[in-house]
Formats: sequence, C-alpha cells, structure tokens
Amino acid sequence: MSTDVAAVAEQAEQAPGKPPKQPLADRESFLAKVFLLPSIVYILALVGVPFFLAIGFSFSDISSGDPSFDWAGFRNYRAIFADDTFWRSLTNTLIFTVVSMVLVVVLGKVLANILVADFRGKWLVRLAVLLPWTTPVALSTISWLWLLDSVFSPIDWVMRQVGFLGPGENVYWLGKPGLAMASVIAVHVWRLVPLAAVIVMAGLVAIPSDINDAAKMDGAGFWRRMFGVTVPLTMPVVAVAGLFGAILTFTDMAVVYVLTRGGPTNSTQVLASWAYFKGIQGGDVAQGAAVALFLFPLLLAAAVAILRAVRRMETL
Amino acid sequence: MADVVEVRDLRKLFDGGKGGKKVHAIDGVDLATEPGEYLVLLGPSGCGKTTLLRTIAGLEQPDSGDVLIGGHEVTGLPPRARKIAMVFQSYALYPHKTVLNNITFPLRAAKLPADKQRERVKWASELLGIEHLLQRRPRQLSGGERQRVALARALVREPRVFLLDEPLSNLDAKLRASARDELKRFQQRVGTTTVYVTHDQAEAMGLGDRIAVMHGGKLRQLGKPVEVYDDPADTFVATFIGSPPMNLVPREAHLVGFRPEHLLPIENVSAADRVTMPFHIERVEYLSGDRHVYGTVKGIGEETRVIARLPSTIDTPISSDEIHEFAVRADKLRFFDADSGERCDPVPL
Repeated sequence: MSTDVAAVAEQAEQAPGKPPKQPLADRESFLAKVFLLPSIVYILALVGVPFFLAIGFSFSDISSGDPSFDWAGFRNYRAIFADDTFWRSLTNTLIFTVVSMVLVVVLGKVLANILVADFRGKWLVRLAVLLPWTTPVALSTISWLWLLDSVFSPIDWVMRQVGFLGPGENVYWLGKPGLAMASVIAVHVWRLVPLAAVIVMAGLVAIPSDINDAAKMDGAGFWRRMFGVTVPLTMPVVAVAGLFGAILTFTDMAVVYVLTRGGPTNSTQVLASWAYFKGIQGGDVAQGAAVALFLFPLLLAAAVAILRAVRRMETL
Repeated sequence: MADVVEVRDLRKLFDGGKGGKKVHAIDGVDLATEPGEYLVLLGPSGCGKTTLLRTIAGLEQPDSGDVLIGGHEVTGLPPRARKIAMVFQSYALYPHKTVLNNITFPLRAAKLPADKQRERVKWASELLGIEHLLQRRPRQLSGGERQRVALARALVREPRVFLLDEPLSNLDAKLRASARDELKRFQQRVGTTTVYVTHDQAEAMGLGDRIAVMHGGKLRQLGKPVEVYDDPADTFVATFIGSPPMNLVPREAHLVGFRPEHLLPIENVSAADRVTMPFHIERVEYLSGDRHVYGTVKGIGEETRVIARLPSTIDTPISSDEIHEFAVRADKLRFFDADSGERCDPVPL
C-alpha cells in the first residue's frame, strides 16, 4: 500500500502537471469512440447513404433504362403531385397506419392483461398469442391469402355452412375496395398485436404491486384501477409501442404486396408499395425515390414523439 | 366509537416452492383488538405478520378462519367493501398524480360530491400539515412528507381501521424517531383502531398499546409492552424483545432467564433476596451512558455467556479479565422449559 503511494508520488514528481499515462483499455475517451464506431458505420452505410441517394435521385431523371444522373429539378415532384394514385396512396397510408395502431394498442392492452393473468393452461394461451409474431411475415400472409381467397376461402365456406352466405356466393375479401383495405388492416393488426402485448405487459409488470394494492384499499374497482392507475402508468410505454408500430406500419408493404399488390384499382396502395411499384418494377427510380421521400417527415415526427415519451418515462 | 378488528383461527398456506410443499404463513391465529387500540404485530421477517395484515385488509384470502371488522364478518369481501385504510411500506403513492389527486382518489372512488371532497381534503391536509405540498408530485417529496401524504390518503375516507405496514422502515434513523412520535400523536388524535406491523422491537415498545409477537405463523404472546418485556411467554419472545436480549442459562431441564439490566455487581442488589453468581468479565462496552459487560457466569447452571447492562448510576470499577461477584434479584428470574421453550414454574436454585 505505502509503496504504491510512494510510486505514484514519484511519478507525479517526474511529470509535473501531467497525469500518469493510462493504458489504452482504461481511457474512456478512446473506448467510447471504438465502441460507437460499428453503429456509426452501420447507420451511415445502410441508412445515411441510401437516404441522401434517394434525395439525389428524386431531383434526377434516373431510370433503370438510363442510370446516368441528369438534373431534373422538381419535375418528379410535379409529376407525382399530379398523379391521383399518389394522393390515394398517401391517404391509404394514413388510414392504414392510424386504424391499425388504434386497434393494435387497444387489443395489445387487452392481450397484455391476459398474458399477466394467472390461470390454468396459461402457457398454451401465451404460445397462441405470440405465434403470429414468430411466424415469418411472407409465410403467414400467404396463409391469409388462401384464407381470403376469392373462391376457395375457408372463411366463406364456414359462412356458407352457417347460412350467412347463399350457396355459391363469395365475399371477395380482397376484391372489393373497402373490404380489401379492411382485410389488409386486419392481417397487419393480427401480426403486430403480440409485439404490442409483450411491450405493454412489460409496462404492467413494472408497476409496483403495492400501487395496485393501494388502489384496491382506496376503494377503486376494476375500471377505476385500470383508467385511474394502470393506464396512466403504462402510458409512456404504450406510447412508445404505438409509435414504433406506426413506424413499422408506415413503411410496411409486405402485407399489401402479398395480399393485394395495391389493388383493386389502387384501393389498398400505400406509399411504400407505390414507391416500389413505380421505382423498382416500373423502372422510374427517380419518381420512386420522390414518392418514398414522403415517408420521411412523418417518420421524423414519430421518432421525435417516441423520444419525448421516453423522456416522460424517465421523469415519472 | 372505534371499531374492533378480530381474526379467528386464521390459516393461510403458501406454496413452498420445491416439491409442492405448502408452508403455513399464518398458522391458526386468534387475535382481537380493543376499540381505538394501537396494536402492534411484531416479529422477524417471514413470521407471517405482513400476511396477517394483508388478510385483514382483504388483499389475501385466508384458507380457513374468519376476519371480523366492527363485529361483522368480512372474510370474503373485497378490500373496498371493508372500509379500512392501509399505509404501505413503500407508501405506494400514485407517481403520476399530484399530492392533491392522490388524497382525493379514495373520495372519487367513493363518489363523494365535489364540495365534500374539497372539505375532507382540506381537513386531512391541515391535520397532517401538508397544505403547501398539494400541487407537488410524489417524487418531489422527502421521505417524511411522503409518509404524511400516505397517511392523509388513508385518513381522508375516515376508515374504521388503519393498517400500517412498516411505514417507518424507509426513513433514516433520525427521521424515524420523530416520525414515530408523529404517528402516535396522530393516532391518539383521530382515535381510530390501528394495526401496525413492524420487525423493530423499539418501534413496537414505543408505539403499541399492546404488542402481538409472532413467530413461524403463530401468535406467541399478546400483551402490553411491559408484559411482553417483563413476562415473556417463551424463550423466543424473551430473546426477540430487549436489546441486548434476555440472558438464558441452561440448568438441567430448564433455562434460567434474566434481563441484562438485572445482572448487577453484588453490592447493588439487596442481600435479602438475591441469587449470586461469579461473573468472569471478558469485555466492557460503553454505550450512551450505560456499560454493557460481556462475560460468562457460573454457579446457577452451566457456564454461559451473558451480558450485563450497568446504568451510569453504578460506578463500580470493572475491567476485562476479572472475576466479579454479580447478583440478580430472585423475583427478576424467569424460568423456561428447555425443550419447548415455554414459561414454567420457578425451580429452586
């Protein structure tokens, strides 16, 4: 001990005003940079570069036939603003996102209550609840494609047996505009609800049991405990879950692509799928980029809202 | 008129983990308070005292036995139907509500008219001196302030019974003494029957009109502080209460017990009625005016390590590695059965 002190004192004398040199692995300023590097590289390569590329493309005339960059100014934006399909897609995207999220949050909360409840055979219920989330989206959506088939839909078959449909009649789940949108939303909600339920469940479990007991002692019944205590306390977590869901929904085209390809007559077309059809399949990369960029402001707003919700959680 | 809380032959089983064995958290407890009494449930952690309190509250359901409040059976009723209030160890204030809304919450649940609500909140917050805190949130309050808010929230509904679960254990030592005093005066003012759970014997002795000592899910002794201290029912109570605990000297099939403050140098005990014993002193501690003397005694039973507490009024010079003649007044001796630990009749020494 005393020799250590002497050694340090000696070192201090040798280099007045200069701290003794630390090994590299002990220097936080160095380690911070090294550990941050992979995520910075990752974000720059896979998010930053494509983002600025898209901005560049949207002001060009690049297409898959002619990949040379020529300045086109706002021509692409003028073209998509004049296109009814764009406005249709934008509206559909908003409807798709808002309706899905409301349903996901409400159903997620209900499922979370089931997940935390204690009853016989709860593991079976938990498994069933989590299954949609663990199934790959393309796979599960193809199952839905069959379930909603215009002729061979098992749902229609059941309805015919029960008597809701006459013999030979079909609902055409994906064939009528309103119904197609409802089907797309239903499948998407089915897929996202388990995730929301698990996130809300984490929020529920984090509430100290004393608080729930205190509310019981204070004379609060089930609904008052739910809306007076549980919901406000899980609100920040639910907000984060909802906003994450909104981002996932906003940029998602898997369900739309597999079920309807945007049809019938663009009635389920969303921005992501429209950008894909225009830019990749149609070959007009420049216009596709311009369409896709319209996702950005809304995503940014959602991201800011998430950060605010997290901030509120910290101060609670 | 204050209400009485009573439990009859209460039993509560918990899963004991491995092998599906059941553990008795409460093992046949009979207990009744007096009206307006301050009853303290005292015991080490895991003795079932908190489970008993939660069963009275209705947060746990007993496996058998009855809970009665004000003479009515409430065993199957949910907490809100029992008209009782509870203060939790963590205070369990609603973190998202202001103090005002925390206190108003029980009144809203009771669907009291708004003007009545304001009146009650004003009364409770004045009684506890927290009017200036009403707009704050729980995290902006100190420990003592939180306790007062929790009490106000419990009080505002004018419950028939208060249940307090170790409300002082989250406070630092200095605050605890003043908060204890405050609790006692508060209860005397409102006069509501109170059941108070603690593992701290000093708290129990200071606060309780009566103390119920629990161990292993059973009620070991129920009595006034002076009774459980002077006349412990068994060796558990004898050693759990008192600091330092009662000395127990084995003698054949019995244990001879005496409190540290009764073991004094021989010249301080009147010769008429004393039991003397040579005390081999090992160590002396000087604690807030008293001297705690550690050592071994012989003569009245097997050689045993004991502690003597000499008040500052005794100035007999004592130092370690000496043998002093010490004595205990015969009427201060307590006798226990060595096997069961129960009190038994005095045996001639």
